[in-house]
Amino acid sequence: MAREVALPLEIEEERPEPRKRWKRVLSTARKHPLGVFGLGCVSLLFFCGIFADLIVPYNPEATLRETQTFGTLVDAIKPTDTRLKIAGATLEAGDNFDIDGERMLVVAILNSSGNTTSIQAQRSSSQQAHAAGATLELDTAIANTKPSWSHPFGTDHNAKDVLSRVIFGARISLLIGLTAIITGVTAGGFFGVISGYFGKIVDTIIQRCVDILLAFPAVVLLLAIITVVGDEDSSVRRFIARNTPLPNGEFLGIPTFLDVFIVALVIGLAVAVFTTRVVRGAVLSIKENVYVEAARAMGASDARIMWRHIFPNVAALVVILGSVLLPVAILAEAAISFLGVGVPLGTPSWGADLSDEKSRQNMLEGIWWPVFFPGLALSLVVLGFNMLGDAFRDLSDPRLRGSGLGGGGGGGAGGGPM
Amino acid sequence: MRDYILRRLLLLPFIMFGVAFMTFLAYRIIPGDAAILHCQLECTPETVAALRHEFGLDRPPLPLSVDADPPFLQIHGNSQFGGWLGNVLRGDLGTSFSYRTPVTDELGHRVPITVELLVLTVILALSIGLPIGVLSAIRPATPADWLSRFLSVLFLSVPSFYLGILLITFGVVWFNWSPPQFGTGYVPLYDDPWINLQQFFFPALVLALGESAVLMRLTRSAMLEVMRNDYIRTAWSKGLRERAVVWRHALKNAIIPIITVIGLQIGGLLGGAVIVESLYNLNGMGKYILEAIIRRDIFVVQSVTLLFAVSYVVANLLVDLMYAWLDPRIRYA
Repeated sequence: MAREVALPLEIEEERPEPRKRWKRVLSTARKHPLGVFGLGCVSLLFFCGIFADLIVPYNPEATLRETQTFGTLVDAIKPTDTRLKIAGATLEAGDNFDIDGERMLVVAILNSSGNTTSIQAQRSSSQQAHAAGATLELDTAIANTKPSWSHPFGTDHNAKDVLSRVIFGARISLLIGLTAIITGVTAGGFFGVISGYFGKIVDTIIQRCVDILLAFPAVVLLLAIITVVGDEDSSVRRFIARNTPLPNGEFLGIPTFLDVFIVALVIGLAVAVFTTRVVRGAVLSIKENVYVEAARAMGASDARIMWRHIFPNVAALVVILGSVLLPVAILAEAAISFLGVGVPLGTPSWGADLSDEKSRQNMLEGIWWPVFFPGLALSLVVLGFNMLGDAFRDLSDPRLRGSGLGGGGGGGAGGGPM
Repeated sequence: MRDYILRRLLLLPFIMFGVAFMTFLAYRIIPGDAAILHCQLECTPETVAALRHEFGLDRPPLPLSVDADPPFLQIHGNSQFGGWLGNVLRGDLGTSFSYRTPVTDELGHRVPITVELLVLTVILALSIGLPIGVLSAIRPATPADWLSRFLSVLFLSVPSFYLGILLITFGVVWFNWSPPQFGTGYVPLYDDPWINLQQFFFPALVLALGESAVLMRLTRSAMLEVMRNDYIRTAWSKGLRERAVVWRHALKNAIIPIITVIGLQIGGLLGGAVIVESLYNLNGMGKYILEAIIRRDIFVVQSVTLLFAVSYVVANLLVDLMYAWLDPRIRYA
């Protein structure tokens, strides 16, 4: 008896030291550097997505403005003076500028000699005196600036900070990806279990619907649904706006939250179609198990058997499907936003930023940063998911373990053409 | 086997009917009358009514309608759905109401473009993916293998539209060179093959790189599987050269799943064609459907969607049949 009481203590002693476990993790990581890289990319996506509004240096929606100094006042002027002598500035009639906060409008250029120019100006109502040497200032939008320390990814043609938009893009990608996967996998799991469990007429109806939906190429299906559902006053949109607490305007820093959410639901539908087919296949074999028969013999209802005996056995499959389809959903959002039917233009989504007509034209003139960085972020995220998936497959497939092989099978997110 | 083919063939019309019905119904749910969208500013009740009559939008949408009053079920001989389906079966896909041209005429010069794009894509993808995949399988765990695996993950991850933009831009900015534009005129293959291929090369390459990544991974794993077989060891011990063992003995068996996957990817490629055609301003089927969707040109959308779905389903069926033909061991239940 006494020995048995002592048993837990022995187990306590045999538990591996925390340092050892840490070492094991490290050595696994060293064997799969690409997997670690993938984990890094995916973690960065989640970090940026969750904390977007805390870490953005600028508001991704705000037009960035800056005060530029471009000249000086040569002679002091009295409050009523409208003739100004200025130095170091090139001005044209119709230009605006500020001196010590007072707005001046250039009416005419009187004469210019060398560095100094005399102008006739129209002054604002708050007339005041200005000393000689006062600086001329101009408040301008800073569009298309090169990457620099204050704007690491530069600014786009709307004078918006590209880095902030890329960070908010992570939030939109994550929001759409996760919403699509959660709704899609839940609905797909539900219909898949029902279809596989009941068989006969239920199975036939559900599977023929799936057949029909699978008959569309994925992009075409998404385009077709999104134009029906995503329309400004479609019944689905109105239903969601009226019957759910989802805000119609800005939420979580996303200006067009409802539109973004509807895009997620549409992608979720495509996910659901695929999941239904896969889960149904798994259920067909699970329901032949003896424990299902035993449960039925004990008088369990269909609902109970499905929920307590069949669903737990497909849950792992559903989770794996979800994680594999997450990058596909993120890519799908980018693709349809790129085609101009996804999230509304101006939303800081990677796909929408890539499709911006003006940015793409500017790119031909060497302004590459507004398009390059959102695309890079999107590519890195998908790359990260793929590398992480490859590493997991290497780790979990005992046949390939340690051989440095693996990464077999077609697999992988995107399937290229997306 | 014959039963399986028969069953698939019998199911085909039902799926097609379902697809047709769904596309039809979906575009009748869209709010905003197509006629009002079409006449825009000059809309008077009379012109709208005339347009609705011209497009047939004033007829009942479905052949069957349910009423609260007797007769509860009404059958309409002149329904929009029935009319459309009948016309489609007769080969008339309707008329676009934004271009006012028959859909079949438009498709006549758009389908060849998409088909050429897809054929070139598959050729390019095979010529990139197959050699690299084979190389990576016969030299596992060497720098060549690592490089090819890295390339495959990279190509798989970079979205086609991003790659396309980069290729256009860096061609212009760095080499001051751009491919012959489609905007100024598409040159058919039989007029000037050289210019035509220049025009198609980059769109096809963009699509093909993603596709080749899938092929690389598949070729690699299929070859690794095959190279372990006894008959390969026999081939080696006969003293055959590596080239003969790999290309004549191993690849012949490894190619079967590869061909299947190419077929299964047709759906993805059709979707990719929508993206690449709109990016490169290629007037193919993909650009047609995208424009029609944006213009709410419902007759074009429903017919072209149907065409997309038909080609996809038929391609899948052909792949299944080819699979069985290539590998006689396969038996369908």
